[in-house]
Amino acid sequence: MAVCVAVIAKENYPLYIRSSPTENELKFHYMVHTSLDVVDEKISAMGKALVDQRELYLGLLYPTEDHKVYPSYLLCRYGYVTNSKVKFVMVVDSSNTALRDNEIRSMFRKLHSSYTDVMCNPFYNPGDRIQSRAFDSMVTSMMVQVC
Amino acid sequence: MEGLTLSDAEQKYYSDLFSYCDIESTKKVAANGRVLELFRAAQLPNDVVLQIMELCGATRLGYFGRSQFYIALKLVAVAQSGFPLRVESINTVKDLPLPRFVASKNEQESRHAASYSSDSENQGSYSGVIPPPPGRGQAKKGSVSHDTVQPRTSTDQQEPASPVVSPQQSPPNSPHTWRKHSRHPSGGNSERPLAGPGPFWSPFGEAQSGSAAADAVWSGHSPPPPPPQETWVSFADTPPTSTLLTMHPASVQDQTTVRTVASATTANEIRRQSSSYDDPWKITDEQRQYYVNQFKTIQPDLNGFIPGSAAKEFFTKSKLPILELSHIWELSDFDKDGALTLDEFCAAFHLVVARKNGYDLPEKLPESLMPKLIDLEDSADVGDQPGEVGYSGSPAEAPPSKSPSMPSLNQTWPELNQSSEWETFSERSSSSQTLTQFDSNIAPADPDTAIVHPVPIRMTPSKIHMQEMELKRTGSDHTNPTSPLLVKPSDLSEESKINSSVKFASGNTVADGYSSSDSFTSDPEQIGNNVTHQRSHSGTSPDNTAPPPPPPRPQPSHSRSSSLDMNRTFAVTTGQQQAGVVAHPPAVPPRPQPSQAPGPVVHRPVDADGLITHTSTSPQQIPEQPNFADFSQFEVFAASNVNEEQDDEAEKHPEVLPVEKASDSASSLRVAKTDSKIEEKTAASVPANVSKGTTPLAPPPKPVRRRLKSEDELKPEVDEHTQKTGVLAAVLASQPSIPRSVGKDKKAIQASIRRNKETNTVLARLNSELQQQLKDVLEERISLEVQLEQLRPFSHL
Repeated sequence: MAVCVAVIAKENYPLYIRSSPTENELKFHYMVHTSLDVVDEKISAMGKALVDQRELYLGLLYPTEDHKVYPSYLLCRYGYVTNSKVKFVMVVDSSNTALRDNEIRSMFRKLHSSYTDVMCNPFYNPGDRIQSRAFDSMVTSMMVQVC
Repeated sequence: MEGLTLSDAEQKYYSDLFSYCDIESTKKVAANGRVLELFRAAQLPNDVVLQIMELCGATRLGYFGRSQFYIALKLVAVAQSGFPLRVESINTVKDLPLPRFVASKNEQESRHAASYSSDSENQGSYSGVIPPPPGRGQAKKGSVSHDTVQPRTSTDQQEPASPVVSPQQSPPNSPHTWRKHSRHPSGGNSERPLAGPGPFWSPFGEAQSGSAAADAVWSGHSPPPPPPQETWVSFADTPPTSTLLTMHPASVQDQTTVRTVASATTANEIRRQSSSYDDPWKITDEQRQYYVNQFKTIQPDLNGFIPGSAAKEFFTKSKLPILELSHIWELSDFDKDGALTLDEFCAAFHLVVARKNGYDLPEKLPESLMPKLIDLEDSADVGDQPGEVGYSGSPAEAPPSKSPSMPSLNQTWPELNQSSEWETFSERSSSSQTLTQFDSNIAPADPDTAIVHPVPIRMTPSKIHMQEMELKRTGSDHTNPTSPLLVKPSDLSEESKINSSVKFASGNTVADGYSSSDSFTSDPEQIGNNVTHQRSHSGTSPDNTAPPPPPPRPQPSHSRSSSLDMNRTFAVTTGQQQAGVVAHPPAVPPRPQPSQAPGPVVHRPVDADGLITHTSTSPQQIPEQPNFADFSQFEVFAASNVNEEQDDEAEKHPEVLPVEKASDSASSLRVAKTDSKIEEKTAASVPANVSKGTTPLAPPPKPVRRRLKSEDELKPEVDEHTQKTGVLAAVLASQPSIPRSVGKDKKAIQASIRRNKETNTVLARLNSELQQQLKDVLEERISLEVQLEQLRPFSHL
């Protein structure tokens, strides 16, 4: 399950970031931030390739790293970018269950669809932080229930 | 127990309390739970509480029905007032203050009590928490008067707890402070008889006095509420009464005018109306009507959408925080399309009103607000229907599901409109499907090239001439492999020309056929020469063949011409015996060899290859047919011609004649054979036709086009082929006659079998070659596409 979900805007500022473990939130923030570089690199590598759903999913961004904190997670970071250059970064803990690629993709799909729902809301100004309760609930459902 | 008569205030209060206690909306309150808390909050000794419970009959029943509950409350009031608890005291004690419940938890109740305080001015204190009690109270009283506890319960059901129950917990929760607009006690004006509530209520009264001012706004609306109550009673069953409509429009109009100016006041009205929460979220008719009218101000078309931006402006006027509006939007935009339909809009409006009244926004859209469940008639089923029902009712769903869901108010117009709207959708979708039909339309563009019954043409006896023609034609074919292609474009013109010329020629002689075909294949002049040359006797003297040269001629392809010739020959044969001999050969070729079939059709090849194949096939066709024809003459002729590989037609001609040559021609054909689909088609068709020995007239036209198609598929697909097919048809037509005439049925059958087999092999080869071609082309296409992609500027952003 995901331990951290982040939605990064096109300008690389976070629209939504949420971590499940209360501790090390900052660490997750850093991880997401570093992941952005990898995401950008992958985007540019794609070049003029067709942008389709398949290519929106960037896959594992960074080799797994040990958390090195008392709850030693095996963290993997996955990236996903939309056509509008909004990036989703998800940090998952694979120590318990090795998530298959399809599952990650489905999680990103859900994220994407929830994000579009948020966008459809006329009261939401693009660039604002996402405060939608529906979005929150969806992310909660995805995140691992830590304590 | 005597009936219980309650004042209006009491009525309201009790109903509110009952709804508060009736957590499960079961109209029955268990003795434990909130009821006990309530009674404990009354600060009565336990024994008194027990006594009360006994008196009201709850002990007997085991639960608190509405009537029991009311009686209990009344008894509490009695007890609190210091009167002895008696059953009779229920009604005898006059001017009993409302029961007081003090416990902290009962703040709400106390608030309720306060709200019900006989502040005649503050009818708004109910702020929508209580649905217009007055009417209900009256109804209740009526029922109570003649009733005891039991019947009372039944009456409870009559009032579907809708107006009364209202937001069970939310009212208590909603901070009274929210009620800036004192809710007009739906029809509460008349129900404030409770006088002397006592100082206890005064503080609340003050709080609500402020809202009294707003009452004036609603004063005019008091009438509407009472009547609706009656309808609420039968809410689930009856559609909104006309009275509501009549009254509502009046009130709505006022509101609409005010709305744009002061959303607050209108919101007040809305709130007042929303006080009639059924199942806390149900929309009453008045509310519904109001929402609809508001919808109309934004979007005149009730079936249309309100775009997000317009909705945003509209709801921003309600002065709710953006965050809450955003949440409301999330809840109400059911189909997540960024626009609000009428139902979605009503749901959003309702939520706004609720929020304004202090109700917390739910996390999920209440069922009663789901687009499908706006129908009042469905209110009874609200609880039963899962959320997915709402989906089915969403505007995006089929019309039938939607129309019933529309509130009865709008049944008249929405049904028609919506259904028509959806029908249009379906029509549109179906219309799109019709587009696919085009593909199957392979009708020849040119009427001339259309398949025409091959007209038997008497071929000129000059085989040699035919050969010449074929040679010439094939030569032209070879010279410009694309001649068929070229011919194709000019087919129409040439065909017409040729046709006419052919016709003139009366298709007497094969030469005519050749000439005509030649003209198609090669230069018109060249052909013309031939034609003229040949025509000299044919064209000018149409005496030979009565019927004009078979239309098949349009396929200028000389390969076809060979078949044409065959047709001619056959046609002639039919017409005249001599010609028959000559005609036979031509007729034969097309059929036997699938590859040959395109012979004349060769001219129609899509690509250059086709030409070659045509030529190759045509000769094959010829030989095939000759087999069928089983004419020694033809065989000889075919043999002679077959040797000349150059000309398909030449080969065709001779092959048509010689039966034996079929194999030779087949081989020769194969030599020159390429990926000529047409050839295959024609060959296939022709042989098929011939093999069938049936009316080849029909099939012949088809073969032209058929690429590897089964013999059964003899449909004229290409105009060029039509002519060829016509020729083939003629050939075939004559062919059957030939065997018969020959009398060697068995041999003919065997020959035909052999021919068919050869045709099959030829076709198979053609097929494979064509497949290969197709692959190559596809690869090429892919590479081109890749290049295109690379060249295309990056349009990621």
